[in-house]
Amino acid sequence: MNISLVLQMAADAEPERIGLVCAGRRWSYGALLQAARAAAADIASSGCSHVALLDESSAAAAIALFGAALAGVPYVPLNYRLADLDLASLLSRIAPAYLVGDAERIERVDPDLGHRILSRTAFLTTAAASATLSSMDEPAEDIAVQLFTSGTTAAPKAAILRHANLLSYILGTIEFGAAGEEEAALVSVPPYHIAGIAALLSSVYAMRRILLLPAFDPDDWLNLASSERATYAFLVPTMLGRVIARLDAGAPADLSAMRAITYGGGRMPTELIERALALFPKTAFTNAYGLTETSSTIALLGPAEHRDALCSADPDVRARLGSVGRPLPTVQVEIRDEDGRPLPVGERGEIYVRGEQVSGEYRERSALDAAGWFPTRDAGWLDAEGFLFLAGRADDVIVRGGENISPGEIEDVLLTHTAIADAAAVAVPSAEWGETVGVAVVVRPGSPAPEEEQLRALVRSRLRSSRVPERIAFLDALPYNEMGKLLRREIRELFKG
Amino acid sequence: MKPGTKLKSAVCDTEVMVIRGGADTVVECGGAPMAEQAPAERKPINADFAQGTRIGKRYVDADGKTELLCVKAGQGSLAISGVLLQTKDAKPLPSSD
Repeated sequence: MNISLVLQMAADAEPERIGLVCAGRRWSYGALLQAARAAAADIASSGCSHVALLDESSAAAAIALFGAALAGVPYVPLNYRLADLDLASLLSRIAPAYLVGDAERIERVDPDLGHRILSRTAFLTTAAASATLSSMDEPAEDIAVQLFTSGTTAAPKAAILRHANLLSYILGTIEFGAAGEEEAALVSVPPYHIAGIAALLSSVYAMRRILLLPAFDPDDWLNLASSERATYAFLVPTMLGRVIARLDAGAPADLSAMRAITYGGGRMPTELIERALALFPKTAFTNAYGLTETSSTIALLGPAEHRDALCSADPDVRARLGSVGRPLPTVQVEIRDEDGRPLPVGERGEIYVRGEQVSGEYRERSALDAAGWFPTRDAGWLDAEGFLFLAGRADDVIVRGGENISPGEIEDVLLTHTAIADAAAVAVPSAEWGETVGVAVVVRPGSPAPEEEQLRALVRSRLRSSRVPERIAFLDALPYNEMGKLLRREIRELFKG
Repeated sequence: MKPGTKLKSAVCDTEVMVIRGGADTVVECGGAPMAEQAPAERKPINADFAQGTRIGKRYVDADGKTELLCVKAGQGSLAISGVLLQTKDAKPLPSSD
Protein backbone atom coordinates (compact mmCIF):
# COMPACT_ATOMS: atom_id res chain seq x y z
CA MET A 1 0.00 0.00 0.00
CA ASN A 2 1.13 3.53 -0.70
CA ILE A 3 -0.62 6.85 -0.04
CA SER A 4 0.36 8.09 -3.50
CA LEU A 5 -2.60 5.98 -4.65
CA VAL A 6 -4.86 8.79 -3.42
CA LEU A 7 -3.41 11.32 -5.87
CA GLN A 8 -3.04 8.77 -8.67
CA MET A 9 -6.74 7.92 -8.49
CA ALA A 10 -7.82 11.56 -8.50
CA ALA A 11 -5.50 12.33 -11.42
CA ASP A 12 -6.74 9.26 -13.27
CA ALA A 13 -10.41 10.11 -12.72
CA GLU A 14 -10.23 13.83 -13.59
CA PRO A 15 -6.74 15.05 -14.53
CA GLU A 16 -7.89 18.55 -15.50
CA ARG A 17 -9.93 19.25 -12.38
CA ILE A 18 -8.44 21.83 -10.00
CA GLY A 19 -7.29 20.10 -6.83
CA LEU A 20 -5.30 22.78 -5.04
CA VAL A 21 -5.27 26.57 -4.88
CA CYS A 22 -2.44 28.35 -3.09
CA ALA A 23 -1.11 31.90 -3.32
CA GLY A 24 -3.14 32.52 -6.45
CA ARG A 25 -1.84 29.48 -8.33
CA ARG A 26 -4.21 26.69 -9.32
CA TRP A 27 -3.03 23.09 -9.62
CA SER A 28 -4.99 20.35 -11.39
CA TYR A 29 -4.78 16.78 -10.07
CA GLY A 30 -2.84 15.88 -13.20
CA ALA A 31 -0.34 18.71 -12.63
CA LEU A 32 0.07 17.76 -8.96
CA LEU A 33 0.76 14.14 -9.87
CA GLN A 34 3.30 15.12 -12.53
CA ALA A 35 5.02 17.45 -10.03
CA ALA A 36 5.07 14.68 -7.39
CA ARG A 37 6.58 12.26 -9.93
CA ALA A 38 9.31 14.71 -10.91
CA ALA A 39 10.02 15.42 -7.23
CA ALA A 40 10.11 11.66 -6.54
CA ALA A 41 12.75 11.16 -9.23
CA ASP A 42 14.95 13.84 -7.65
CA ILE A 43 14.34 12.49 -4.13
CA ALA A 44 15.22 8.95 -5.19
CA SER A 45 18.42 10.06 -6.91
CA SER A 46 19.49 12.08 -3.83
CA GLY A 47 19.88 8.92 -1.77
CA CYS A 48 18.49 10.75 1.27
CA SER A 49 16.84 8.79 4.09
CA HIS A 50 14.04 11.29 4.77
CA VAL A 51 12.18 14.08 2.97
CA ALA A 52 11.70 17.01 5.32
CA LEU A 53 9.76 20.24 5.02
CA LEU A 54 10.67 23.36 6.99
CA ASP A 55 8.14 25.80 5.63
CA GLU A 56 4.67 27.23 5.87
CA SER A 57 1.91 25.53 3.89
CA SER A 58 2.20 25.75 0.14
CA ALA A 59 1.83 23.52 -2.91
CA ALA A 60 5.37 22.36 -2.09
CA ALA A 61 4.03 20.61 1.04
CA ALA A 62 1.55 18.56 -1.01
CA ILE A 63 4.15 17.78 -3.68
CA ALA A 64 6.72 16.77 -1.05
CA LEU A 65 4.19 14.51 0.72
CA PHE A 66 3.21 12.64 -2.44
CA GLY A 67 6.69 12.82 -3.99
CA ALA A 68 8.23 11.23 -0.90
CA ALA A 69 5.60 8.49 -0.99
CA LEU A 70 6.26 7.75 -4.67
CA ALA A 71 10.01 7.59 -3.98
CA GLY A 72 9.46 5.36 -0.96
CA VAL A 73 11.10 7.78 1.50
CA PRO A 74 9.45 8.84 4.79
CA TYR A 75 8.11 12.41 4.81
CA VAL A 76 8.96 14.51 7.89
CA PRO A 77 7.35 17.96 8.05
CA LEU A 78 9.14 20.00 10.74
CA ASN A 79 7.80 22.70 13.02
CA TYR A 80 9.35 25.92 11.70
CA ARG A 81 8.52 27.66 14.97
CA LEU A 82 11.07 25.58 16.88
CA ALA A 83 14.11 27.28 18.39
CA ASP A 84 17.37 26.74 16.48
CA LEU A 85 18.82 24.30 19.02
CA ASP A 86 15.74 22.08 18.99
CA LEU A 87 15.61 22.20 15.20
CA ALA A 88 19.27 21.22 14.92
CA SER A 89 18.66 18.21 17.14
CA LEU A 90 15.76 17.03 14.96
CA LEU A 91 17.74 17.61 11.76
CA SER A 92 20.54 15.41 13.08
CA ARG A 93 18.02 12.61 13.66
CA ILE A 94 16.85 12.54 10.03
CA ALA A 95 20.19 13.00 8.26
CA PRO A 96 20.83 12.84 5.44
CA ALA A 97 17.54 14.49 4.57
CA TYR A 98 16.12 15.96 1.39
CA LEU A 99 15.13 19.30 2.94
CA VAL A 100 12.63 21.68 1.42
CA GLY A 101 11.91 25.20 2.67
CA ASP A 102 13.94 27.67 4.68
CA ALA A 103 17.31 26.76 3.12
CA GLU A 104 19.12 29.69 4.66
CA ARG A 105 18.12 28.69 8.17
CA ILE A 106 18.94 25.01 7.67
CA GLU A 107 22.41 25.91 6.40
CA ARG A 108 22.96 28.13 9.41
CA VAL A 109 21.62 25.66 11.99
CA ASP A 110 22.90 22.34 10.68
CA PRO A 111 25.42 22.73 7.88
CA ASP A 112 27.43 19.49 7.80
CA LEU A 113 25.19 16.44 7.80
CA GLY A 114 25.04 15.72 4.10
CA HIS A 115 21.51 17.05 3.65
CA ARG A 116 20.30 18.04 0.23
CA ILE A 117 18.79 21.48 0.82
CA LEU A 118 16.32 23.18 -1.52
CA SER A 119 14.43 26.43 -1.13
CA ARG A 120 10.71 26.20 -1.88
CA THR A 121 11.33 27.86 -5.26
CA ALA A 122 14.14 25.45 -6.12
CA PHE A 123 11.95 22.49 -5.16
CA LEU A 124 9.04 23.71 -7.29
CA THR A 125 11.45 24.18 -10.20
CA THR A 126 12.66 20.60 -9.74
CA ALA A 127 9.05 19.43 -9.61
CA ALA A 128 8.30 21.27 -12.85
CA ALA A 129 10.82 19.13 -14.74
CA SER A 130 9.49 16.38 -16.96
CA ALA A 131 11.51 13.79 -15.02
CA THR A 132 9.81 10.76 -13.61
CA LEU A 133 10.93 7.74 -11.63
CA SER A 134 12.53 5.08 -13.80
CA SER A 135 10.70 2.33 -11.94
CA MET A 136 7.04 2.91 -11.21
CA ASP A 137 6.86 -0.20 -9.04
CA GLU A 138 5.42 0.41 -5.63
CA PRO A 139 8.32 1.05 -3.26
CA ALA A 140 8.88 -1.40 -0.41
CA GLU A 141 9.20 1.29 2.28
CA ASP A 142 6.15 1.16 4.51
CA ILE A 143 6.67 4.32 6.60
CA ALA A 144 4.81 7.19 4.95
CA VAL A 145 5.15 9.97 7.49
CA GLN A 146 7.23 10.69 10.55
CA LEU A 147 6.06 13.44 12.89
CA PHE A 148 8.04 14.65 15.86
CA THR A 149 5.87 15.08 18.93
CA SER A 150 6.21 18.39 20.72
CA GLY A 151 7.89 16.71 23.70
CA THR A 152 9.92 19.36 25.43
CA THR A 153 11.18 18.04 28.77
CA ALA A 154 12.34 14.86 27.11
CA ALA A 155 13.56 14.65 23.52
CA PRO A 156 10.65 14.79 21.05
CA LYS A 157 9.43 11.34 20.03
CA ALA A 158 9.40 10.41 16.35
CA ALA A 159 5.89 9.09 15.72
CA ILE A 160 5.67 7.01 12.58
CA LEU A 161 2.63 6.46 10.40
CA ARG A 162 2.77 3.65 7.89
CA HIS A 163 1.15 3.80 4.47
CA ALA A 164 -1.29 1.15 5.67
CA ASN A 165 -2.33 3.27 8.70
CA LEU A 166 -3.01 6.42 6.68
CA LEU A 167 -4.66 4.62 3.76
CA SER A 168 -6.92 2.64 6.05
CA TYR A 169 -8.03 5.92 7.65
CA ILE A 170 -8.71 7.56 4.28
CA LEU A 171 -10.42 4.53 2.69
CA GLY A 172 -12.44 3.90 5.85
CA THR A 173 -13.81 7.43 6.22
CA ILE A 174 -14.07 8.95 2.75
CA GLU A 175 -15.94 8.05 -0.41
CA PHE A 176 -13.68 8.52 -3.42
CA GLY A 177 -14.55 11.51 -5.59
CA ALA A 178 -17.65 12.28 -3.52
CA ALA A 179 -17.17 16.05 -3.64
CA GLY A 180 -19.01 18.16 -6.19
CA GLU A 181 -17.09 20.55 -8.48
CA GLU A 182 -18.08 23.50 -6.28
CA GLU A 183 -16.73 22.01 -3.06
CA ALA A 184 -13.62 23.59 -1.60
CA ALA A 185 -11.89 22.97 1.73
CA LEU A 186 -10.06 25.82 3.41
CA VAL A 187 -6.95 24.34 5.04
CA SER A 188 -5.20 26.55 7.59
CA VAL A 189 -3.56 24.05 9.95
CA PRO A 190 0.24 23.88 9.78
CA PRO A 191 1.83 21.28 7.50
CA TYR A 192 3.73 19.65 10.38
CA HIS A 193 0.51 18.76 12.24
CA ILE A 194 -1.30 15.46 11.63
CA ALA A 195 -4.41 17.48 10.74
CA GLY A 196 -2.42 19.17 7.96
CA ILE A 197 -1.39 15.80 6.49
CA ALA A 198 -4.86 14.32 6.85
CA ALA A 199 -6.42 17.39 5.23
CA LEU A 200 -4.34 16.92 2.08
CA LEU A 201 -5.06 13.19 1.82
CA SER A 202 -8.79 13.43 2.63
CA SER A 203 -9.49 16.32 0.31
CA VAL A 204 -7.61 14.81 -2.64
CA TYR A 205 -9.39 11.47 -2.18
CA ALA A 206 -12.80 13.15 -1.93
CA MET A 207 -11.69 15.34 -4.88
CA ARG A 208 -12.59 18.42 -2.92
CA ARG A 209 -10.52 21.42 -4.02
CA ILE A 210 -7.96 22.44 -1.37
CA LEU A 211 -7.63 26.14 -0.57
CA LEU A 212 -4.29 26.27 1.18
CA LEU A 213 -3.58 29.17 3.52
CA PRO A 214 0.20 29.58 4.11
CA ALA A 215 -0.34 30.29 7.81
CA PHE A 216 -3.44 31.03 9.84
CA ASP A 217 -4.55 34.62 10.15
CA PRO A 218 -8.24 35.38 10.75
CA ASP A 219 -8.46 38.12 8.11
CA ASP A 220 -6.61 36.06 5.50
CA TRP A 221 -8.87 33.15 6.36
CA LEU A 222 -12.02 35.26 5.87
CA ASN A 223 -10.69 36.70 2.60
CA LEU A 224 -9.83 33.32 1.12
CA ALA A 225 -13.09 31.75 2.32
CA SER A 226 -15.04 34.59 0.72
CA SER A 227 -13.18 34.92 -2.58
CA GLU A 228 -12.94 31.17 -3.28
CA ARG A 229 -16.37 30.40 -1.80
CA ALA A 230 -15.05 27.76 0.60
CA THR A 231 -17.65 25.15 1.46
CA TYR A 232 -15.72 23.51 4.28
CA ALA A 233 -13.03 24.30 6.83
CA PHE A 234 -11.20 22.63 9.69
CA LEU A 235 -10.21 24.88 12.59
CA VAL A 236 -8.73 24.45 16.02
CA PRO A 237 -10.98 26.14 18.61
CA THR A 238 -8.56 29.06 19.04
CA MET A 239 -8.74 29.80 15.30
CA LEU A 240 -12.52 29.64 15.34
CA GLY A 241 -12.57 32.09 18.26
CA ARG A 242 -10.39 34.52 16.32
CA VAL A 243 -12.50 34.26 13.20
CA ILE A 244 -15.61 35.01 15.24
CA ALA A 245 -13.88 37.93 16.95
CA ARG A 246 -13.08 39.47 13.54
CA LEU A 247 -16.66 38.95 12.36
CA ASP A 248 -17.93 40.58 15.56
CA ALA A 249 -15.58 43.49 14.89
CA GLY A 250 -17.22 43.95 11.48
CA ALA A 251 -14.57 42.40 9.21
CA PRO A 252 -16.03 42.04 5.71
CA ALA A 253 -16.76 38.45 4.75
CA ASP A 254 -19.13 36.32 2.70
CA LEU A 255 -19.35 32.89 4.26
CA SER A 256 -22.61 32.00 2.55
CA ALA A 257 -20.99 29.00 0.81
CA MET A 258 -19.63 27.53 4.07
CA ARG A 259 -21.70 24.36 4.55
CA ALA A 260 -19.58 22.66 7.16
CA ILE A 261 -16.94 23.42 9.74
CA THR A 262 -15.01 20.82 11.70
CA TYR A 263 -13.05 21.67 14.80
CA GLY A 264 -10.59 19.72 16.89
CA GLY A 265 -7.08 19.72 18.27
CA GLY A 266 -7.94 21.15 21.67
CA ARG A 267 -10.69 21.80 24.17
CA MET A 268 -13.63 23.74 22.73
CA PRO A 269 -15.08 26.15 25.29
CA THR A 270 -18.85 25.60 25.47
CA GLU A 271 -19.55 29.33 25.18
CA LEU A 272 -17.55 29.46 21.94
CA ILE A 273 -19.31 26.55 20.22
CA GLU A 274 -22.72 27.89 21.30
CA ARG A 275 -21.79 31.28 19.86
CA ALA A 276 -20.59 29.64 16.62
CA LEU A 277 -23.79 27.61 16.25
CA ALA A 278 -25.85 30.78 16.70
CA LEU A 279 -23.69 32.81 14.30
CA PHE A 280 -23.73 30.13 11.55
CA PRO A 281 -27.18 28.56 11.80
CA LYS A 282 -26.91 26.89 8.38
CA THR A 283 -23.41 25.50 8.85
CA ALA A 284 -22.96 21.88 9.92
CA PHE A 285 -20.50 21.63 12.81
CA THR A 286 -18.46 18.53 13.55
CA ASN A 287 -16.06 17.93 16.41
CA ALA A 288 -13.21 15.59 15.53
CA TYR A 289 -10.93 13.96 18.07
CA GLY A 290 -7.72 12.24 17.15
CA LEU A 291 -4.01 12.04 17.72
CA THR A 292 -0.87 11.96 15.62
CA GLU A 293 -0.41 8.29 16.52
CA THR A 294 -3.92 7.41 15.31
CA SER A 295 -3.60 8.93 11.80
CA SER A 296 -5.95 11.78 12.78
CA THR A 297 -9.63 11.37 13.69
CA ILE A 298 -10.89 8.48 15.83
CA ALA A 299 -14.15 9.96 17.15
CA LEU A 300 -16.70 12.39 15.76
CA LEU A 301 -19.54 14.51 17.09
CA GLY A 302 -21.56 15.12 13.95
CA PRO A 303 -23.79 18.03 12.92
CA ALA A 304 -27.10 16.42 13.94
CA GLU A 305 -25.67 15.51 17.33
CA HIS A 306 -24.58 19.13 17.84
CA ARG A 307 -28.07 20.45 17.14
CA ASP A 308 -29.75 17.67 19.15
CA ALA A 309 -27.56 18.46 22.14
CA LEU A 310 -28.14 22.18 21.82
CA CYS A 311 -31.92 21.79 21.66
CA SER A 312 -32.35 19.06 24.25
CA ALA A 313 -33.93 19.53 27.66
CA ASP A 314 -32.28 16.31 28.86
CA PRO A 315 -29.07 17.33 30.68
CA ASP A 316 -27.30 14.11 29.59
CA VAL A 317 -28.01 14.83 25.93
CA ARG A 318 -27.15 18.50 26.33
CA ALA A 319 -23.83 17.56 27.90
CA ARG A 320 -22.84 15.83 24.66
CA LEU A 321 -22.08 19.23 23.16
CA GLY A 322 -18.99 18.97 25.34
CA SER A 323 -18.13 15.45 24.11
CA VAL A 324 -16.06 14.39 21.11
CA GLY A 325 -18.87 12.18 19.87
CA ARG A 326 -18.66 8.51 19.07
CA PRO A 327 -15.75 6.41 17.79
CA LEU A 328 -15.51 5.85 14.03
CA PRO A 329 -17.04 2.52 12.93
CA THR A 330 -13.51 1.35 12.06
CA VAL A 331 -11.96 1.92 15.49
CA GLN A 332 -12.55 0.56 18.98
CA VAL A 333 -12.28 2.68 22.11
CA GLU A 334 -11.95 1.51 25.71
CA ILE A 335 -11.50 3.36 28.97
CA ARG A 336 -9.06 1.67 31.33
CA ASP A 337 -7.79 2.20 34.84
CA GLU A 338 -4.14 2.63 35.78
CA ASP A 339 -3.63 -1.12 35.78
CA GLY A 340 -5.01 -1.42 32.26
CA ARG A 341 -8.37 -2.95 33.31
CA PRO A 342 -11.43 -1.82 31.31
CA LEU A 343 -13.69 0.58 33.24
CA PRO A 344 -17.50 0.68 33.09
CA VAL A 345 -19.56 3.44 31.51
CA GLY A 346 -19.24 6.81 33.21
CA GLU A 347 -15.94 6.12 34.93
CA ARG A 348 -12.93 8.25 34.11
CA GLY A 349 -9.72 6.57 33.02
CA GLU A 350 -7.20 6.49 30.20
CA ILE A 351 -8.49 6.28 26.63
CA TYR A 352 -7.23 3.24 24.71
CA VAL A 353 -7.83 2.84 20.99
CA ARG A 354 -7.38 0.08 18.44
CA GLY A 355 -7.81 -0.11 14.67
CA GLU A 356 -5.92 -0.33 11.38
CA GLN A 357 -5.37 3.43 11.28
CA VAL A 358 -3.77 3.36 14.74
CA SER A 359 0.01 3.23 14.51
CA GLY A 360 0.92 3.87 18.15
CA GLU A 361 4.48 3.55 17.02
CA TYR A 362 7.63 5.59 17.49
CA ARG A 363 11.01 5.15 15.82
CA GLU A 364 12.32 3.94 19.14
CA ARG A 365 9.50 1.61 20.18
CA SER A 366 5.85 0.69 19.70
CA ALA A 367 3.43 1.78 22.41
CA LEU A 368 0.84 -0.82 21.37
CA ASP A 369 0.06 -3.58 23.85
CA ALA A 370 0.05 -7.25 22.89
CA ALA A 371 -3.55 -7.05 21.66
CA GLY A 372 -2.89 -3.96 19.54
CA TRP A 373 -4.38 -1.33 21.86
CA PHE A 374 -2.79 2.11 21.99
CA PRO A 375 -2.79 3.99 25.31
CA THR A 376 -3.43 7.58 24.26
CA ARG A 377 -2.36 9.22 27.57
CA ASP A 378 -5.59 11.19 27.26
CA ALA A 379 -8.07 10.82 30.08
CA GLY A 380 -11.78 10.47 29.46
CA TRP A 381 -15.00 8.53 29.88
CA LEU A 382 -17.83 7.09 27.81
CA ASP A 383 -21.52 7.75 28.46
CA ALA A 384 -24.30 5.17 28.15
CA GLU A 385 -24.79 5.92 24.43
CA GLY A 386 -21.10 5.58 23.66
CA PHE A 387 -20.26 9.29 23.52
CA LEU A 388 -16.66 9.96 24.45
CA PHE A 389 -15.81 12.79 26.85
CA LEU A 390 -12.25 14.04 27.30
CA ALA A 391 -10.98 14.85 30.77
CA GLY A 392 -7.57 16.39 30.33
CA ARG A 393 -4.33 14.74 29.51
CA ALA A 394 -3.16 11.80 31.49
CA ASP A 395 0.25 13.41 31.59
CA ASP A 396 -0.84 16.98 32.37
CA VAL A 397 0.32 18.58 29.18
CA ILE A 398 -1.12 22.07 28.70
CA VAL A 399 -2.79 22.42 25.31
CA ARG A 400 -2.78 26.11 24.43
CA GLY A 401 -4.41 26.84 21.09
CA GLY A 402 -3.60 23.35 19.81
CA GLU A 403 0.03 23.66 20.94
CA ASN A 404 1.19 21.15 23.53
CA ILE A 405 3.15 22.67 26.38
CA SER A 406 4.89 20.51 28.91
CA PRO A 407 4.63 22.01 32.42
CA GLY A 408 8.17 20.90 33.18
CA GLU A 409 9.87 23.31 30.82
CA ILE A 410 8.19 26.32 32.45
CA GLU A 411 8.87 25.00 35.94
CA ASP A 412 12.55 24.51 35.12
CA VAL A 413 12.89 28.13 34.06
CA LEU A 414 11.08 29.46 37.13
CA LEU A 415 13.31 27.39 39.39
CA THR A 416 16.37 29.19 38.03
CA HIS A 417 15.15 32.31 39.86
CA THR A 418 17.08 32.60 43.12
CA ALA A 419 13.97 33.49 45.13
CA ILE A 420 11.82 30.56 43.85
CA ALA A 421 11.91 27.37 45.90
CA ASP A 422 9.22 25.38 44.08
CA ALA A 423 7.03 25.83 41.03
CA ALA A 424 4.22 24.04 39.20
CA ALA A 425 2.65 24.92 35.86
CA VAL A 426 -0.89 23.79 35.06
CA ALA A 427 -3.56 24.35 32.48
CA VAL A 428 -6.05 27.13 33.16
CA PRO A 429 -9.29 27.08 31.13
CA SER A 430 -9.33 29.93 28.61
CA ALA A 431 -12.06 31.01 26.22
CA GLU A 432 -9.46 32.23 23.72
CA TRP A 433 -6.88 29.44 23.84
CA GLY A 434 -8.78 26.45 25.22
CA GLU A 435 -6.14 26.30 27.89
CA THR A 436 -3.49 28.71 29.00
CA VAL A 437 -0.62 28.56 31.49
CA GLY A 438 -1.06 29.15 35.23
CA VAL A 439 1.83 28.75 37.65
CA ALA A 440 1.95 28.29 41.40
CA VAL A 441 5.25 29.26 42.99
CA VAL A 442 6.73 29.01 46.47
CA VAL A 443 9.10 31.79 47.55
CA ARG A 444 12.31 30.77 49.31
CA PRO A 445 12.13 31.62 53.02
CA GLY A 446 13.95 34.86 53.72
CA SER A 447 13.84 35.98 50.07
CA PRO A 448 11.68 38.88 48.98
CA ALA A 449 8.82 37.76 46.73
CA PRO A 450 9.54 38.62 43.07
CA GLU A 451 7.07 40.72 41.10
CA GLU A 452 4.72 38.78 38.78
CA GLU A 453 6.06 40.74 35.80
CA GLN A 454 9.60 39.73 36.71
CA LEU A 455 8.67 36.03 36.54
CA ARG A 456 6.88 36.52 33.21
CA ALA A 457 9.93 38.31 31.83
CA LEU A 458 12.11 35.40 32.96
CA VAL A 459 9.97 32.84 31.13
CA ARG A 460 9.73 35.09 28.08
CA SER A 461 13.51 35.42 27.94
CA ARG A 462 14.01 31.66 27.84
CA LEU A 463 10.97 30.15 26.13
CA ARG A 464 8.48 30.87 23.40
CA SER A 465 5.85 33.44 24.26
CA SER A 466 3.10 30.80 24.49
CA ARG A 467 4.79 29.57 27.68
CA VAL A 468 4.48 32.87 29.53
CA PRO A 469 2.06 32.30 32.42
CA GLU A 470 -1.21 34.17 32.30
CA ARG A 471 -1.96 33.50 35.97
CA ILE A 472 0.53 33.38 38.87
CA ALA A 473 -0.26 32.31 42.43
CA PHE A 474 2.10 32.55 45.41
CA LEU A 475 1.68 29.64 47.85
CA ASP A 476 3.32 28.66 51.12
CA ALA A 477 3.83 25.13 49.84
CA LEU A 478 2.74 23.05 46.82
CA PRO A 479 0.36 20.14 47.46
CA TYR A 480 2.04 16.73 47.31
CA ASN A 481 0.66 13.29 48.11
CA GLU A 482 2.31 10.83 50.46
CA MET A 483 4.34 9.39 47.60
CA GLY A 484 5.81 12.78 46.83
CA LYS A 485 3.70 13.17 43.70
CA LEU A 486 2.62 16.71 42.94
CA LEU A 487 -1.17 17.06 42.98
CA ARG A 488 -1.59 19.19 39.90
CA ARG A 489 -5.33 18.76 40.08
CA GLU A 490 -5.43 20.80 43.31
CA ILE A 491 -3.41 23.57 41.70
CA ARG A 492 -5.74 23.61 38.72
CA GLU A 493 -8.69 23.96 41.11
CA LEU A 494 -6.98 27.00 42.59
CA PHE A 495 -7.13 28.82 39.28
CA LYS A 496 -10.74 27.97 38.61
CA GLY A 497 -12.02 30.47 41.14
CA MET B 1 -4.48 -12.21 -1.46
CA LYS B 2 -2.54 -9.89 0.80
CA PRO B 3 -4.16 -6.54 1.66
CA GLY B 4 -2.57 -3.89 -0.52
CA THR B 5 -1.92 -6.26 -3.44
CA LYS B 6 -2.93 -4.79 -6.77
CA LEU B 7 -4.58 -7.00 -9.33
CA LYS B 8 -4.88 -6.17 -13.02
CA SER B 9 -7.50 -7.26 -15.46
CA ALA B 10 -6.61 -9.52 -18.38
CA VAL B 11 -9.39 -8.03 -20.54
CA CYS B 12 -9.50 -4.27 -19.80
CA ASP B 13 -7.94 -1.35 -17.86
CA THR B 14 -9.47 -2.40 -14.53
CA GLU B 15 -7.14 -2.49 -11.58
CA VAL B 16 -8.16 -3.28 -8.01
CA MET B 17 -6.41 -3.15 -4.63
CA VAL B 18 -7.15 -5.92 -2.17
CA ILE B 19 -8.59 -4.61 1.10
CA ARG B 20 -9.45 -8.08 2.37
CA GLY B 21 -9.41 -11.51 0.82
CA GLY B 22 -8.83 -15.23 1.27
CA ALA B 23 -5.49 -16.83 0.41
CA ASP B 24 -6.81 -18.95 -2.47
CA THR B 25 -9.43 -16.58 -3.80
CA VAL B 26 -9.20 -15.88 -7.52
CA VAL B 27 -10.86 -12.68 -8.67
CA GLU B 28 -12.07 -12.48 -12.25
CA CYS B 29 -12.63 -9.43 -14.38
CA GLY B 30 -14.62 -9.63 -17.60
CA GLY B 31 -14.68 -13.40 -17.21
CA ALA B 32 -10.88 -13.88 -16.93
CA PRO B 33 -8.73 -14.28 -13.81
CA MET B 34 -6.94 -11.13 -12.59
CA ALA B 35 -3.24 -11.17 -11.75
CA GLU B 36 -0.53 -8.89 -10.41
CA GLN B 37 0.83 -8.56 -13.95
CA ALA B 38 -1.38 -7.79 -16.93
CA PRO B 39 -0.86 -10.26 -19.80
CA ALA B 40 1.12 -9.10 -22.82
CA GLU B 41 -1.94 -9.56 -24.98
CA ARG B 42 -5.45 -8.79 -23.79
CA LYS B 43 -7.98 -11.58 -23.70
CA PRO B 44 -11.48 -11.11 -25.11
CA ILE B 45 -14.09 -9.89 -22.65
CA ASN B 46 -16.97 -12.21 -21.73
CA ALA B 47 -20.17 -10.33 -22.58
CA ASP B 48 -21.86 -11.63 -19.41
CA PHE B 49 -19.23 -9.81 -17.34
CA ALA B 50 -19.02 -6.50 -19.17
CA GLN B 51 -20.96 -3.95 -17.11
CA GLY B 52 -17.74 -2.17 -16.17
CA THR B 53 -15.96 -1.16 -12.96
CA ARG B 54 -16.00 2.28 -11.34
CA ILE B 55 -12.97 3.95 -9.82
CA GLY B 56 -13.14 4.42 -6.05
CA LYS B 57 -15.93 1.87 -5.57
CA ARG B 58 -15.50 -1.02 -3.18
CA TYR B 59 -16.55 -4.45 -4.38
CA VAL B 60 -17.53 -7.23 -2.00
CA ASP B 61 -18.65 -10.83 -2.24
CA ALA B 62 -21.87 -12.05 -0.59
CA ASP B 63 -20.27 -13.27 2.63
CA GLY B 64 -18.01 -10.21 2.98
CA LYS B 65 -14.80 -12.25 2.96
CA THR B 66 -13.44 -10.41 -0.04
CA GLU B 67 -13.28 -6.67 -0.43
CA LEU B 68 -11.60 -4.87 -3.30
CA LEU B 69 -11.10 -1.20 -4.09
CA CYS B 70 -11.26 -0.32 -7.75
CA VAL B 71 -8.28 1.98 -8.39
CA LYS B 72 -8.62 2.07 -12.19
CA ALA B 73 -11.86 1.68 -14.07
CA GLY B 74 -12.45 -0.64 -17.02
CA GLN B 75 -15.12 -2.42 -19.10
CA GLY B 76 -15.11 -5.75 -17.30
CA SER B 77 -17.16 -6.73 -14.25
CA LEU B 78 -15.64 -8.27 -11.15
CA ALA B 79 -16.61 -11.77 -10.05
CA ILE B 80 -15.43 -14.71 -7.99
CA SER B 81 -16.16 -18.20 -9.40
CA GLY B 82 -18.55 -16.63 -11.87
CA VAL B 83 -20.58 -14.81 -9.18
CA LEU B 84 -20.65 -11.03 -9.66
CA LEU B 85 -19.31 -8.89 -6.83
CA GLN B 86 -21.52 -6.09 -5.52
CA THR B 87 -20.55 -2.52 -4.74
CA LYS B 88 -20.48 -1.69 -1.08
CA ASP B 89 -22.20 1.52 -0.07
CA ALA B 90 -20.41 3.03 2.91
CA LYS B 91 -22.41 5.13 5.33
CA PRO B 92 -21.11 8.64 4.72
CA LEU B 93 -19.32 10.29 7.64
CA PRO B 94 -19.00 14.03 8.07
CA SER B 95 -15.64 15.45 6.96
CA SER B 96 -13.16 15.53 9.79
CA ASP B 97 -9.91 17.04 8.50
